[in-house]
Amino acid sequence: MSISLIVNGSPHQVDADPATPLLYVLRDDLALNGAKYGCGLGQCGSCTVVVDGEAVLSCMVPVMLLEGREITTIEGLGTIDEPGPLQQAFIELQAAQCGYCIPGMMMSAHALLRRNARPSDAEIREALATNLCRCGTHMRILAAIRRAGELMQAASLPEPEEGRAG
Amino acid sequence: MGILQHEITRRTVIAGAGGLVVSFSLGRAFAQAPAPTPPPATPPAPPASLPGSLDDDRFLDSWIRIDPDNSVTVFTGKAELGQGIRTALLQVAAEELEVDPQEIEFVTADTGRTPNEGFTAGSQSMQNSGTAIRNAAAQVRALLLAEAAKRFGVAAAELRAENKSVLAKDGRSASYGELVSGQILHVEAQPQSALKQPGTFRVMGKALPRVDIPAKVTGRPAYVHDLRLDGMLHARVVRPPSPAATLAELDQGAAEGMPGVVSVVRDGNFLAVVAEKEFQAVSAMRTLAAAARWQERDTLPDQTTLPAVLQGLEREIGTVAEAGVLSSNGKVFEATYTRPYQIHGSIGPSCAVAHMKADGTLDVWSHTQGVFPDRGAIAEMLAMPEEKVHVIHMEGSGCYGHNGADDAAADAALIASEIPGKPVRVQWMREQEHSWEPYGPAMLMKVSATLDDQGKIASWAYDLWSNTHSTRPGGAGALLAARHKAQAFQPEPAELRISPSGNGDRNANPLYTIPNKRVLWHFLPDMPLRVSALRALGGYANVFAIESTIDELALMAEADPVEFRLSHMEDPRARAVIELAAERFGWDKAQMPRNRGRGFAFARYKNSAAYLAVAMEAEVEPETGRVRVVRVVSAIDSGEIVNPDGIRNQTEGGILQSISWTLYEAVAFDRTRITSTDWSSYPILRFASVPDSVEVHIVERPGEPFLGTGEAAQGPAAAAVANAIRNATGKRLYDLPFTRDRIRNAVGRA
Repeated sequence: MSISLIVNGSPHQVDADPATPLLYVLRDDLALNGAKYGCGLGQCGSCTVVVDGEAVLSCMVPVMLLEGREITTIEGLGTIDEPGPLQQAFIELQAAQCGYCIPGMMMSAHALLRRNARPSDAEIREALATNLCRCGTHMRILAAIRRAGELMQAASLPEPEEGRAG
Repeated sequence: MGILQHEITRRTVIAGAGGLVVSFSLGRAFAQAPAPTPPPATPPAPPASLPGSLDDDRFLDSWIRIDPDNSVTVFTGKAELGQGIRTALLQVAAEELEVDPQEIEFVTADTGRTPNEGFTAGSQSMQNSGTAIRNAAAQVRALLLAEAAKRFGVAAAELRAENKSVLAKDGRSASYGELVSGQILHVEAQPQSALKQPGTFRVMGKALPRVDIPAKVTGRPAYVHDLRLDGMLHARVVRPPSPAATLAELDQGAAEGMPGVVSVVRDGNFLAVVAEKEFQAVSAMRTLAAAARWQERDTLPDQTTLPAVLQGLEREIGTVAEAGVLSSNGKVFEATYTRPYQIHGSIGPSCAVAHMKADGTLDVWSHTQGVFPDRGAIAEMLAMPEEKVHVIHMEGSGCYGHNGADDAAADAALIASEIPGKPVRVQWMREQEHSWEPYGPAMLMKVSATLDDQGKIASWAYDLWSNTHSTRPGGAGALLAARHKAQAFQPEPAELRISPSGNGDRNANPLYTIPNKRVLWHFLPDMPLRVSALRALGGYANVFAIESTIDELALMAEADPVEFRLSHMEDPRARAVIELAAERFGWDKAQMPRNRGRGFAFARYKNSAAYLAVAMEAEVEPETGRVRVVRVVSAIDSGEIVNPDGIRNQTEGGILQSISWTLYEAVAFDRTRITSTDWSSYPILRFASVPDSVEVHIVERPGEPFLGTGEAAQGPAAAAVANAIRNATGKRLYDLPFTRDRIRNAVGRA
């Protein structure tokens, strides 16, 4: 079945079983690396993407529910040559070890910072409640998200720019 | 064409094109070839020992290649596991070569290209590979300076190396590419190198940003999981429901008829499905699993009596350390500590891609810690000559030891061997990773220690019960797929070995001054649950037991825990980290509010590597049993610093990972099956329980050997948590993990 998706601002037609979780469509059909398979159970957050502004576990959502909705992955936050504020902050604070969970963390943070560019520590922790990190990079992740909020404000960006890359 | 031939040919082409011969190390390249000359009647004198891994791969051009186009390539047999080793090794090479880091092509673990440095494990990459690369780079620089001196007709001391060129005072210069000719780098390394002095460092000692992070935070391909080869198929394995289950009946028709399914692969108890798209493989895996009937057996021990089970498995005793005569005079402290089976728990389940090519060679991309050992095991499993298997490391999710990486590589290899010509990608499911990875072994530790009337430790008897902590390949029997094949390979029998760096007995011998002691490893050869190396090996539980005991002895001696440690410690570097952590924590003036406590711990990893001391403040909720570590201050000495931020990042990570192990983690099982199969049944640290702050203070040791960092914190962090809970509640906890139930039971409702 052909399904229309809007991913990082670009329209895509994919031919997939409508029950396929979005994660597999992003990785397998659209060759996007950001969202990661971690558990397939909605327990770890490594597959997190943003749909219409909300953090969503892409391993749990069948692609048929996403027709016409705005999907943002980490590839939509900037590029390696032109990183967005969240990406800049994670690079600046070296907020990764293996990095596998990090895109999911960043997308949870992206949904938070869209609503609230100056979140409290408690609000950041709450936004990351379903994101697991195994390397123990938590302190840097928290710091990078605070830093990203500062960068967004300094750049007078009311919210992160979307849809730079497809 | 074999990989070996391929390599030689490629390099020959380079030589032919550029008039340059910088050939591959002959020692390695021709390892498979018959000896060209008969062995001499008397063995030659053993070659001089060389620094780090140079001792095993002695030619400079095994490590560093410079081409006529002035490109510089550095090779390491170690793998990036998320610990930042690629960046740190690059810094070492850049420093001694006088080349900017971004000008170096850096090649990591690849059986076709790099030196064989065994496993990337034991926090040894800086000692082994870092030392080798540093010395090789310094010697390459010296050779280039000597060559330029010859050409310019001046003394080498009149020249300097800078930015891939050698410069003379009169303005003449020659690029490295111009200077490299006539195999000047294809020489054996020398035992001594003219290393740069720490005061002249441009790159080492600096917080160079990790070279892998930008790709990881922008969605560039960064992991083996992201590898997409032309025509690649997706496979999923159907594992047995329990460790000893055998496949009794299978109706594979339904799965074979599903959309996109290419093949069902069955070999004995090994079962897998291959499909065109990934989710098709997942769907078919579920159908296939439902159509398989397994014969299960109850081979697992009773989890509720695990300490007795471990003692019952004892077959041999090894003496780890012995001094003086034990006595039971004076004040005696006795305790029994336990550690459960624990998982590595990579966030990304293990993954590999394999491709059986038309020429009969097999390529395997894997996040294994040891491409060479994995190659040997896969070749044995498939009855292929080793040189026809090419294993290339690509990053995976952090592994923290021997997780499912090698097994996933074997799965992919076995499936690919059934579907020649098509690359096959396999990723494990979450429940497979939780159920089938080799666990960190359960352990039992008994201590009996005495204090003399001066308040000093007089006698120390320590007994630990443990399996081996390493069942890495080795032979094919180390691989699940090989064990499950119809022609099954058996795991190698485990052997008790007492070594300086230790295994189950790692860090079992306290570093403190104790006149009379005896440390024994009661060895358990049988492994009712599959186990292998988890970060720090026995060091995690042994340091937990030792440093908990030291705290109790300090209380008995009515001494401050930090002072008590210092009064038993002679090693000045150990004293330095203890004093630094205590000072930065404010140990002297730390007043704890109600339900808060402070804990201190120290260890030198392996008793021979990095020194780490840590102080923690923790809060305990007596009503719920919830513990949260609030504040952590640590001090580490890991020798000469290459990347201070890398040391901080690894140490923060080690502390937080250990807090997770210590508060939450235990593998659960019934007599037949593993029952902790996801993050709900095996919880780990979440953001709500992360500390407010974690400080890492580094003791600088310019000119000292590298000591490694990644496993220094795990043992001390566990003990610091235990000691903080003891300080907050007055109760000592002996059994890991410190779950809410255990805390509530120990503390009672307030």
